[in-house]
Amino acid sequence: MEDDPALLDRLRAGDEAAFDELVARHDGALRRVARTYVRTDAAAADVVQETWLGVIRGLGSFEGRSSLRTWIFRILVNRARTRALREARDLPFSSLESDDEPAVEPSAFGRDGRWASAPPRLDAEPESKLLSAELRAHLLEAVDGLPPAQRAVITLRDLVGLGADEVCDLLELTEGNQRVLLHRARSRVRTALLPLREVAS
Amino acid sequence: MRLWPWRRHHHDELVCKEFVELVTAYLEGVMPADERARVEAHLADCDGCRGYLEDMRRLVGSLKSTVEPPPDPELREELLRAFRERRAD
Repeated sequence: MEDDPALLDRLRAGDEAAFDELVARHDGALRRVARTYVRTDAAAADVVQETWLGVIRGLGSFEGRSSLRTWIFRILVNRARTRALREARDLPFSSLESDDEPAVEPSAFGRDGRWASAPPRLDAEPESKLLSAELRAHLLEAVDGLPPAQRAVITLRDLVGLGADEVCDLLELTEGNQRVLLHRARSRVRTALLPLREVAS
Repeated sequence: MRLWPWRRHHHDELVCKEFVELVTAYLEGVMPADERARVEAHLADCDGCRGYLEDMRRLVGSLKSTVEPPPDPELREELLRAFRERRAD
């Protein structure tokens, strides 16, 4: 989802519909990322509300050096970090959470490292660029089941659509760690969806 | 943890078990050209991994087109009010 360049002008001109659109567009992802820092949904909701109020206050001085949505997520991460420190909670990005987590169960491969049998497909429709609607309905649930750092990275990269550089910068991750977290997150989401697919006949 | 696990087998043929760990680096376009060639040589020859890659592409595409649930209506009202008041200052 790209920033609409006209949106910032409308926001600065006080266009309420533009602000409402901005809230509708980003609120869910903001909550999702906030929740990776704080313990409860209520605390995440507070952080998101503070973020929006910060956005309202800051719009006049926002210089547009980053994209609007990167700026908004930057405000969120700063507030969420402060809150997490108050909760004396370990920040989720201090570790990679688990060391050598395979993308696919090792038993799927033979001793030669090749698929023991053809791997299960998520989807049987060869033409479609998207997963079936049934599977898509479970995507957010699968994302919510991930460990915090993976959840934050896949949300920002794949749900919000930020670039790898932006996510490294926001979450203070190295390029390699960001990629490992994204890889584990996507692999786990695939694994979570497998039992839900309609098995091809 | 190895960030570049394929480096171990530089001269070997790539196998499926390695491919599933490389799929993200491949999709991100951050592989050195020779490693990319090695992955592509494997893909040309392996239906299972081609299917796996296609599923991952669909998964990412589907995530990108996912619409988040709408915000709480009360929060929405409150924020609109704050936006309006700020304007009035």
